[in-house]
Amino acid sequence: MDLILEGIKKACVLLFTLDAEVLRITLLSLGVSGTATLISLILGISMGMLIALKEFPGKKFVISTINTGMGLPPVVVGLFVSIFLWRNGPFGFLGLLYTPAAMIIAQSIIATPLVMGVSVAAIQHLPKNLRYQILALGATRLQMMWLLVREARLPLLAAVMAGFGGVISEVGASIMVGGNIKGYTRVLTTATVMETSKGNFDIAIALSIILMVLAFAVNAILTYVQQQERPR
Amino acid sequence: MRTYLKIVTYFLLIFFSFCACTEKEVFRKDIVLATTTSTQDSGLLDALIPLFEKKTGYRVKTIAVGSGQAMAMGERGEADVLLVHSPDKEEKFMEQGFGINRRIVMHNDFIIVGPKADPAQIKEMKSSVGAFKKIAETQSLFISRGDNSGTHAKEKAVWQASEIRCSGQQWYQETGLGMGQTLGVAGEKHGYTLSDRGTYLSLRKKLGLEILCQGDPLLQNVYHVIEVNPAKWPKVNAAGARAFADFVVSAEAQKVIGTFGADKFGSPLFFPDAGKKKGN
Repeated sequence: MDLILEGIKKACVLLFTLDAEVLRITLLSLGVSGTATLISLILGISMGMLIALKEFPGKKFVISTINTGMGLPPVVVGLFVSIFLWRNGPFGFLGLLYTPAAMIIAQSIIATPLVMGVSVAAIQHLPKNLRYQILALGATRLQMMWLLVREARLPLLAAVMAGFGGVISEVGASIMVGGNIKGYTRVLTTATVMETSKGNFDIAIALSIILMVLAFAVNAILTYVQQQERPR
Repeated sequence: MRTYLKIVTYFLLIFFSFCACTEKEVFRKDIVLATTTSTQDSGLLDALIPLFEKKTGYRVKTIAVGSGQAMAMGERGEADVLLVHSPDKEEKFMEQGFGINRRIVMHNDFIIVGPKADPAQIKEMKSSVGAFKKIAETQSLFISRGDNSGTHAKEKAVWQASEIRCSGQQWYQETGLGMGQTLGVAGEKHGYTLSDRGTYLSLRKKLGLEILCQGDPLLQNVYHVIEVNPAKWPKVNAAGARAFADFVVSAEAQKVIGTFGADKFGSPLFFPDAGKKKGN
């Protein structure tokens, strides 16, 4: 029990003294996972919408593939991304392994199916006539898509939260492609794993608390946006 | 709408600042150091690497894995320099031409730790082989690293010397984790395990495990630095690897190694060895 109290105390100390190392780790976590979520949003929503709106053979198969991808295990993604990014691998010339960019790539791969799956479901859930009506009122295709996204705002923001929550809490891929390098690719989750194995449980608990506070803060902001104005 | 824009701009800013960073870092200042978990978990690298980086301007990317995996990375040319402690495998690694310039860096020793109650009665035993035999005889729980690390290799060597087939036995469990975590498992389950002294000392307070067998010459733990052979893998940062290897055997680094941990644990965790001819 004192261990947890000690951890909470340590977390407060680290937070309020703005410990440089902890601050850097926290900002990197936020930056990497935020960027990955953003990329997954762009890819996920645009492709999700395309799949939802277009009729094509094998559509059910594609959707079930995406839905399976929603549960993509981070370690599997980590393994394959590292194999591809190895110096002597197919994308080795980019020199990306053990960089934050590699972590963004891996996390985007984890989050994209999540966002895409929810987007497909959300857009399909909208009444079909809405599309025709929007088009009939003289909207361009792009304007129509924008309006559909706005209509499906609630589930789509839920997708953002699911994606962000998935990647910021993920450790398997980050440690494999990032390498947990001090001051460079060390994020909250990988630092927690390392401090635990070092036996520094108080710092590990402190980092976990910071991680949870961070996740809560981001989700609170998104929820606030989501609930701001309810669709009629 | 405005809130969306704000969030999007914020993330874009972060993204571009990343791009800016990664572009700058393309030139070969990065050295990938593949090493064992013990050097990281004991905190030694945190004392050495900043010194090296400050002095030379290189940036060391430390990947802390088991010695086996570290050498596997070297074999594929994914690491530039190795700091490992698995002498038999290292020799094979050198024979196959994957590495150059293997130099001794430091040593400490392995110890057999276990619960205070000591169900196998190995306390004060001098021979590690005898201790392992007793553990097997009494079927006391033994926690193995099981991860091809240097420690695991040493443990297997001791089992082999005691002519006991431990794999598959109910009292023999493998974690597949690093030393710190394996010690944690042994502590929780009141099992025995083989550990390097450094990691054990830095975790001792939280474990409830005691040193039961030590001092056996078989339990020496020697660390070598090996540069990955650039002739095999042209993408290896050979200059950086050489600079790092030269640094760890330099007088300055050896002094840091020799005093590291002394203030915290009463005795140093590693003993500098550079320049000595034969380490094992």
